[in-house]
Amino acid sequence: MATPAQHVFRRLFDEVGPVDHVGIEERVAKYTTRSIKKGAKLWGLKTAVSMVDLTTLEGKDTPGKVESLCQKALSPHGDPDIPTVAAVCVYPSMVKHARRALGEDTAVRIASVATAFPSGQAPLRTRLAEVKSAVADGADEIDMVINRGAFLAGEFQLVQDEIAAVREACGAATLKVILEVSELETYDNIRAASFIAMRVLRPNDFIKTSTGKTTLNATLGNNQVMLEAIRDFYLDTGTPIAMKPAGGIRTAKQALQFLIAVKETLGDEWLNNTRYRFGASSLLNDLLRQIEKEKTGAYQAPYYFSEAAESY
Amino acid sequence: MPTLTEKKRPTSRSAGRPAPELIFGDLWEFDPAPETADPKLKPRYDLFIGGKFVAPVSGKYFDSINPANETKLAEIAQANAADVDAAYQAAKKAYDTVWGKMPGRERAKYIFRIARLLQDRAREFAVAETMDGGKAIKESRDFDVPMAAAHFFYHAGWADKLDYVAPGRRVAPLGVVGQVIPWNFPLLMLAWKLAPALAMGNTIVIKPAETTSITALKLAEIFQDAGLPAGVVNIVTGFGDTGAAVMDHPIAAKVAFTGSTEVGKIIMRSLAGTDKKMTMELGGKAANIVFDDAPIDQAVEGIVNGIFFNQGHVCCAGSRLLVQETVAAEVLAKLKNRVKVLRIGDPLDKNTDIGAINSKEQLGTIERLVATGVKEGATMFQPACKLPSKGYYFRPTIFSGVSMSHRIAREEIFGPVLSVLTFRTVDEAVEKANNTAYGLSAGVWTDKGSRILKMSTELKAGVVWANTYNKFDPASPFGGYKESGFGREGGRQGLLDYCKLV
Repeated sequence: MATPAQHVFRRLFDEVGPVDHVGIEERVAKYTTRSIKKGAKLWGLKTAVSMVDLTTLEGKDTPGKVESLCQKALSPHGDPDIPTVAAVCVYPSMVKHARRALGEDTAVRIASVATAFPSGQAPLRTRLAEVKSAVADGADEIDMVINRGAFLAGEFQLVQDEIAAVREACGAATLKVILEVSELETYDNIRAASFIAMRVLRPNDFIKTSTGKTTLNATLGNNQVMLEAIRDFYLDTGTPIAMKPAGGIRTAKQALQFLIAVKETLGDEWLNNTRYRFGASSLLNDLLRQIEKEKTGAYQAPYYFSEAAESY
Repeated sequence: MPTLTEKKRPTSRSAGRPAPELIFGDLWEFDPAPETADPKLKPRYDLFIGGKFVAPVSGKYFDSINPANETKLAEIAQANAADVDAAYQAAKKAYDTVWGKMPGRERAKYIFRIARLLQDRAREFAVAETMDGGKAIKESRDFDVPMAAAHFFYHAGWADKLDYVAPGRRVAPLGVVGQVIPWNFPLLMLAWKLAPALAMGNTIVIKPAETTSITALKLAEIFQDAGLPAGVVNIVTGFGDTGAAVMDHPIAAKVAFTGSTEVGKIIMRSLAGTDKKMTMELGGKAANIVFDDAPIDQAVEGIVNGIFFNQGHVCCAGSRLLVQETVAAEVLAKLKNRVKVLRIGDPLDKNTDIGAINSKEQLGTIERLVATGVKEGATMFQPACKLPSKGYYFRPTIFSGVSMSHRIAREEIFGPVLSVLTFRTVDEAVEKANNTAYGLSAGVWTDKGSRILKMSTELKAGVVWANTYNKFDPASPFGGYKESGFGREGGRQGLLDYCKLV
């Protein structure tokens, strides 16, 4: 006899449909053979810059560190032709320092991880209090983690109720729901968890791959599974959900491959920073370096680009 | 608050607003990304007989056209019966004096050398293949050329182990074999045919298709570089009459043909009453069967790969999609969205997914059959992509509402045209899949392992792919049932078709 937890898994998988691991890997391998040149490359690189959530999530973060991150976010390379990044992403205690550095009237949004990031292993009231405090300090966006323990135990209703509670606590702030894909392990689980989250999200709230704190983060494979879930949900309900792969995207080449996946899976309406983001930090300087290369025809040494954060 | 089972539906749709759609527009257009390697083409290619390039007896040449832009690539020698006879004499001499007597381990060295030289010049061959045949460079680069090399490597490995190919028996080569190959995979078919024959110790007279002779003659340059003894492989180019001369020549101990069922039947008729061995790899009208528990997105990917790979010029193409009624609408909707992002155009562009149709004649055949489909009442879908102004191109085409009696469900179109049919039960799927004169391949998409096993025993097809499509390996035998031919290519079974048991 199947246990109640197995039943609930089967019911959800039946409802959202299975994912074939080999098939997904084959699909995304095709993105890596696309050859993006000249104007298309420059457009892709600049768009990628505008999608970066410039991130520092270290125990040793200081107000000074966050301030320099904000300066980098506002002016990635001192070139007016290059857009600002989408947001800075910091711990809740750093939100007020980020707000001070960026000011009120700024194109760069402030995202804060909350809900006992990265494990989420705190009582719900503590997590909600953390969300509210971050929003009160000036966060425009909240990156929450789902309750993976509850998901793996089949307590889907609990997972979803908690997401809904966090959404309420966000108020007007955009919510990003981190599935932490490496802890869900299978593509079937990633697809199922995407649906659990999307069903209680508002238009242009995000689902996000990972915290960047585990061994495996964003890959083209799990990005594809989530993009397809977003597509199916949108065509079914009309609610557009946004997507944020995070962690492990360090090179401009990778970022372009992720954008090709967006172009070919969700289309033009997702090729902007309202609907797609990169959670990254070292990626930004590689994007800038490639933009310079496209413009000047030559690579510049890495030390010509100001460091913003340690790798994420 | 919405629950897990109650899907959140915004009021906008119930208020009669149009259903949400995805926009695959031109926000991010890709710049051209042409492959620039030099194909090193010669202006004129002669026949390859007795290890040398020789002019045809008739002195006649014909033009090889690049189907992507209708320009002339090179002149190809037109062989007549006298040239074919010279080729057979050279092959016989090579068999009697050198190749037939050579130990397998020595033959292996030549075959390995051919494989390595082909790998060394892979990029050059890929570009030549694309210019000559119209297939997308990503396919010739990532599939045709590496797979051709893989066939030589695999069979080189067999050459010194032939004592183990038929347990308890000894094997001996047949002698001289005649081979005729089609234009859809010019280099790869050449490798499929040559490698097992060479490994077994046969010598060969082979005729490539008239529209795609160039890579065969470039491979002849590699035979020279590899020091392959003169006459072991002879290449005669030309039209149908040249092919008939190759098939009918009295020296041929065996003939192997890949091509249309129509021509295959003519060859079989002409060889009736002779003692020639034969293998035929002919047409197909494969069923790609999608059950309602299949991973739909990956099935859609497999459907696209099954029918649009190489512009649908594939004998095992999944040209009939059988989809279970309960998921038919979903599969079709997803398929259309997928086809909208396929890139059709210059085959040399690295981003091109669907290249040029091989020839004007083939384009005409496709257009005729598609017109029949429309006339017979099937619903046609084509994406609104731009096609180049010159060259032979055809949009990927999906016909829905097709029934078993439609011509587009019965005849091999050999182009990027998919016919979608539905079924309700497993038995109905099997019956419809088998209701064809062909039996080359089939695909099954389901999450249920037991169903895969059941289908693979009941489908009358030489290859059954499960949750994938168009997967090939030199070690895996390939061949058909019914009018798709007989004999196998690849693996141990393929080798057995090039030897006699002694």
